[in-house]
Amino acid sequence: MTVAISIGAVTVPLDQVWGIVWHHVSGAGAPGDPVTDQIVWNFRTPRVVLAALVGAGLAISGVVLQAVVANPLADPYVLGVSSGASLGAVLVITLTTGTLGGIGVSSAAFLGAVAAVALVFVLGQKGGRLAPTRLVLSGVAVGYLFLAATSYLQLRATPTELRTVMFWMLGSVAGAKWDQLPIVTTVVLTTTVALTLFGRQLNALLVGDESATSLGIDVHRLRAVLLVLSSLVTGTVIAVAGGIGFVGLMIPHLVRLTTGADHRRLLPQAALVGAIYLVVVDLLSRTLDRPNELPLGILTALFGAPFFLWLLRRNKSLDTI
Amino acid sequence: MKLRVERVHITLGHRPVLRDVTLEATPGAVVGLIGPNGSGKSTVLRTIYRSLRPQRGVVRVDGDDVWSLSARSAARRTAAVLQDAGGGPTGVCVSDVVALGRTPHHGLLGRDGADDHQAVDEALDLCGIRHMAERDVTSLSGGERQRVLLARALAQQPRLLVLDELTNHLDIRARFELLDLIRSTGITTLAVLHDLDLAARLCDQLVALHAGEVVAAGAVLDVLTPGLLRDVFGVAATASRHADGVVRITYGAQPLSLDQVPQPTVG
Repeated sequence: MTVAISIGAVTVPLDQVWGIVWHHVSGAGAPGDPVTDQIVWNFRTPRVVLAALVGAGLAISGVVLQAVVANPLADPYVLGVSSGASLGAVLVITLTTGTLGGIGVSSAAFLGAVAAVALVFVLGQKGGRLAPTRLVLSGVAVGYLFLAATSYLQLRATPTELRTVMFWMLGSVAGAKWDQLPIVTTVVLTTTVALTLFGRQLNALLVGDESATSLGIDVHRLRAVLLVLSSLVTGTVIAVAGGIGFVGLMIPHLVRLTTGADHRRLLPQAALVGAIYLVVVDLLSRTLDRPNELPLGILTALFGAPFFLWLLRRNKSLDTI
Repeated sequence: MKLRVERVHITLGHRPVLRDVTLEATPGAVVGLIGPNGSGKSTVLRTIYRSLRPQRGVVRVDGDDVWSLSARSAARRTAAVLQDAGGGPTGVCVSDVVALGRTPHHGLLGRDGADDHQAVDEALDLCGIRHMAERDVTSLSGGERQRVLLARALAQQPRLLVLDELTNHLDIRARFELLDLIRSTGITTLAVLHDLDLAARLCDQLVALHAGEVVAAGAVLDVLTPGLLRDVFGVAATASRHADGVVRITYGAQPLSLDQVPQPTVG
């Protein structure tokens, strides 16, 4: 993380980074050069911390959703979270001057995500039961519905607005500010801990609903609790960082292939790997094309997909199916 | 552990699938539940492992209504091996699956202890699968997979086992071995079986279901009468005890034509 803070449009030596961070955290040591201090403490540090939180949040959310809907293709956006958030964000970007009745892009995206998930929950349940297939198909349908509205708004947008929209949709942590971090940190850490506590029950879901019931699990209640928790973390993350793709799909599989499918280990490890991965990708996004920045969504897939495919070919247990 | 299903009635949609079903398994007994496809056998099991709540009637395990127990405490008494349990994702090894049997013994904060490891090890040994403990479950043969699922149920340390077609798709030797294994545990068992010869070989008692109703219950030869085999299963057959003590069924050359078989009343 220190390396990630030190490198960027302006490179700051590592010892200076440590000095500045130490100064701010403990109050000890001498304040450095004001410009460097500004870069390190006000821009880079929150950005790197946010990248780590976003990566961790997307990774655990992906792990949980893959287990809950029993589908290896599931990712944090399978229930329409991203299309809801996109609609919220695009509404604010194209129809207003950046705020809508005091609501910024982040809040609008969060509200859109909540609306989409709520709709999917209502449509995906029957008699209070959430069946995986109905849930996924409802998510896809609601996703297309929101996408239609988003596309229409994009067609009417000015080129400048369109660029903002594109950049938002592909995701970025460039706008990270200290005042966002407490909420995001709280949500990501508490949901990671809470979901890890459900690790044993998540394991049991893997053997099918009826067998999980015979193991003493209230499958329908468990599924609802897990979906609410994972939607909360996805909605929060997408609100501050946009629609970063691929992390939530790939990191869970990557960690599962290397450490096994026990959720009690899988969840914390996926959070850690997701955090590291997104910090690295963010670092690349602002160094490859210096001083310009690339959206994270492009790079997560560009580097992740080939590595994932290599891992997939190397794994022998997949040969049998 | 005694199982008693008392006058259980279940309607799905407008169709009654179980009609006043009453059956019993005395402690240590192996009871076979037989009947043609769609007669309600799996539904009876679902009421026992608490997946389907009967509209009327009670399921008692050791005297307690299973719906008055919590899901977890009911699962500490009753373990099930079901047909949905095959497959699963990759990266799951045999001992992972068997360890799932410990799920009802823990709450959210519970960690695996010595008794968990011991229960898993004993189950692996009993089912003869310890040598494959680290293998991926997707690489197993059908017979090996059923052993793994039975080991998971035994790791649950249940006092009642319910088995849904445990021996389907297995070769004949694997069937015999698995059934001997169940008998050797001494656990009260209710097993749904399609193969009547196997049912006759394994079980102390049989219960025959037809169109959601119990039509016969009791000792093997008392249930497998030519009349029941004709009326319920639609075959001409006789069951008799051979000199070696095993009950075998001899089937007629042809299935009966439909007008010889009374059709169940649908209602």
